[in-house]
Amino acid sequence: MPKPHVIIIGAGFTGVATAHDLALRGCDVTVIERGDICNGTSGRTHGLLHSGGRYAVKDKESAIECIEENTILRRIVPQVIEPNGGLFIAIEESDLAYAEQFIEGCEECGIPIDELTPQQALELEPHINPKLLSAFLIPDGTFDPLRLALAFAGTAKHHGAHFRTFTEVEGLLTDGQGNVVGVNVLDRTAGQPTEIRADIVVNATGAWAGQITSMAGLDAPVTPTPGIMVAYDQRLVQRAVNRLNVPGDGDIVLPQRRMVVVGTTSFDAENVDYIPIFEDQVQLMLERGSELIPGIRNAKPRGIYMATRPLISGGSGRSIARTFKCYDHKETHNVDGLVTITGGKATTLRLMAEKTSDMVCTKLGISALCVTKEMPLLSYRQYYTIPN
Amino acid sequence: MTEKWNITLRVYRQKTGQAPRFDDFKMEVDPDEYVLDAVERVWAFHDRSLCFRHACHHSTCGACGMRVNGIEKLTCITLIRNVTHNGDTLKVEPLRNFPIISDLAVDMGSFYRKMEVVGARAVLPVTEAEIERPPAAWSPADALYTRLSDCLECGLCISACPIAATSLEYLGPAPLAAAQDRSLSRAPELLEIIDSEDGLWRCHSAFECTAVCPSFVEPGRRIMDLRKQTIGAKLGKLFGK
Repeated sequence: MPKPHVIIIGAGFTGVATAHDLALRGCDVTVIERGDICNGTSGRTHGLLHSGGRYAVKDKESAIECIEENTILRRIVPQVIEPNGGLFIAIEESDLAYAEQFIEGCEECGIPIDELTPQQALELEPHINPKLLSAFLIPDGTFDPLRLALAFAGTAKHHGAHFRTFTEVEGLLTDGQGNVVGVNVLDRTAGQPTEIRADIVVNATGAWAGQITSMAGLDAPVTPTPGIMVAYDQRLVQRAVNRLNVPGDGDIVLPQRRMVVVGTTSFDAENVDYIPIFEDQVQLMLERGSELIPGIRNAKPRGIYMATRPLISGGSGRSIARTFKCYDHKETHNVDGLVTITGGKATTLRLMAEKTSDMVCTKLGISALCVTKEMPLLSYRQYYTIPN
Repeated sequence: MTEKWNITLRVYRQKTGQAPRFDDFKMEVDPDEYVLDAVERVWAFHDRSLCFRHACHHSTCGACGMRVNGIEKLTCITLIRNVTHNGDTLKVEPLRNFPIISDLAVDMGSFYRKMEVVGARAVLPVTEAEIERPPAAWSPADALYTRLSDCLECGLCISACPIAATSLEYLGPAPLAAAQDRSLSRAPELLEIIDSEDGLWRCHSAFECTAVCPSFVEPGRRIMDLRKQTIGAKLGKLFGK
């Protein structure tokens, strides 16, 4: 019997991790991506391997997902991670007032923290604000966004998944009753249109999910929410440095190669193909970032960019939970053959893929269970070296 | 952002089965934007058929290497101000010495295979990564931590190398630099790979690689050091050490 064919639209984090999971469960997988791998939100993510501390007070579901997935990713893909930890630091009295809830939240979510004196924190990270009042050590990390995706994609390829990059989905094929049975695509390297049929189409296009669902006449279950990142040309810290307070703008500084990256902001946008840089947000990153690490004022910006989070619908900006949701459009709109995964964050890519693959496998009658928690990924370079 | 320039972005185009050409796009830009921002806007607002590679937009991933006015650049960190003038043209072309997929996008397959052959390290101890340019304030704890390697595998050095075009099998600057980073004393098995016709003796010391590297790797100097290591290792063998 031929393997069931699953088309995944989008080669960002969710798409590549789902390709990896489904290939291992015995599906014939084709990933379709209009650009090159990771050209949208995933490539431009901040690169913080969340411990969950950021969400431990107000969004415990996300916090628990983060600490569990953080631990798994350190095990299966150490090749792309700086596992150096993170600090939450209090600069003002109002930050200190948040500490109690933070400690309780972390304990409740199973996030190990270690309280440090200001002196101990400064010994670990000499460039943080010397006026800090308190600090907590936490298992944050940094990852290389593209290579994280490549490791999943390369391993998926090794298990037989096909990747068609520079290929844009222009429409959904239907069976005459509105059910999805494949896609119309344009090979952008040659200008050639083709049809590809599939047993199920997975919409893993993140902030662009609404463009795909609208092809089936369905509403978008996503709120695109961009934010800015500014990379400065000095690696002033070895760990992620977070402001100890309610999540807000410019309150995370992350080491990345020879740089630090300050982020981010949060606002709503509709056309997310190109988000311009707003100068006031660049200034805000400098101000807020230098409250954590004063030396940022003596560093030069090296890269400034916007990334658009694909938040699940039902609110605005930071009030929306950072967890994710998988939709079977048979259940939501009586349209079979189409599944949309949205929300979530880079740190939870494997879990998002697991839940999406569970849904796909249930629909296809495949009983194989998820094995991605335990399986180390192959070298990210395999993505380029294995022929398509 | 206040200043506005009008420039012509001249973009190399090539589609499967068609002859290459240049397309001109007249654009209003801020000179303090990056070249990649202008390229991305061509795709977003002018010509949806444009193919190019990009991901991180801050010199971590190495995907957006192109030739800008004939010189290899990581376009996400190249300010428009530094490569053209108001009213002038800015030419972008794909990297050389790689097969073209389409337009500005090239196939990195053979390059990544060579990085794999020499076992290039992706993550290394932080003190080792910073050893040649140590930051002002070292903390003793820094020795315990790791960090991603400086080499972004962007391929700029391969494109700039005047020798890379002479042999498809030549390892080239970044893979040889990665071999030097591993060092023959720690990885003696590399000797056979690098001490060959398409290994480090093919380099003609043009140092174009070092000139274009966006990321402090200095492949040219590393290749020279690797030659010293290689001669040392071979003399050692000759005298039975």
